[in-house]
Amino acid sequence: MKVAIVQFPGTNCEYDTQYAFEKLGARTQIVWHKETELPSDAGLVVIAGGFSYGDYLRSGAIARFSPVMDAVERYAGKGGRVLGICNGFQVLTESRLLPGALKRNEHLHFLSKHHRLKVLGNDNDFLRALKKDTVVNIPIAHHDGNYFVDEKELASLYDHEQVLLQYCDEEGNPSNPNGSVDAIAGVCNRGKNVFGLMPHPERAMEAVLGSDDGVKMLEGFLR
Amino acid sequence: MKAIVNVFLKPGVLDSQGKAVHHALDSLKFGGVNDVRVGKQIILDIDAADEAAAEEEVTRMCESLLANTVIEDYTIEIRK
Repeated sequence: MKVAIVQFPGTNCEYDTQYAFEKLGARTQIVWHKETELPSDAGLVVIAGGFSYGDYLRSGAIARFSPVMDAVERYAGKGGRVLGICNGFQVLTESRLLPGALKRNEHLHFLSKHHRLKVLGNDNDFLRALKKDTVVNIPIAHHDGNYFVDEKELASLYDHEQVLLQYCDEEGNPSNPNGSVDAIAGVCNRGKNVFGLMPHPERAMEAVLGSDDGVKMLEGFLR
Repeated sequence: MKAIVNVFLKPGVLDSQGKAVHHALDSLKFGGVNDVRVGKQIILDIDAADEAAAEEEVTRMCESLLANTVIEDYTIEIRK
């Protein structure tokens, strides 16, 4: 399978993402944001993490208008699978391809550490390799990861199994590092083909570097 | 003409920066501060036929880029 990895000025996780998917046996292609088409054989598009356009105005707000995002919207509109990691999640919420918005972390600190996550929704291409309530250990690295949706939208997300991941402690109890509503770390769209999360599974591919739990997450796309 | 856009988090959306500034003001013994909201101001120098046209155009800018209406409200002031 070919994984297309979108690169904006300021993206800095594209090569880690490339490493991760190639380790799992996928072919990859980095796609510069000025491109107006995605590779025709792409089976997954990843909006990689980083600081697109320096996070100016709001994280993801300007990247959303890059030419490649028209292609990403068309691709998602036809049912193509899109994954946004960290800044990629912010770009997807700004594009309205995913519900909600990401605010400044509640305690205003940039967070960079490993954090446990609990799988809440696995009836989707992304997390199908993991059982519900599984706890994984994945790095987080963000300043604007405080997920917000209003109460009505939140209820709708649960009704349609769109809440995928929740920050938790080692026992799986909710533990909220950044103030996100219900400690939500990742969601998908109603059609379950657009996914976004703040944590970095592509940085959890080698046990010697602290965790290889990212393997189980990303390989869902390759089954 | 000039357009002055103020963008703030909506009421009900926790303003962590406002809270931190409020706390800092308390620490500095500034009493009587009931609430603090932190937002941003964007000043545009624009060409437009008249004030109404300017406001319409800036509203479109706010809806598409300058504010994220999921979490933010905005106000627009047009000055000649």
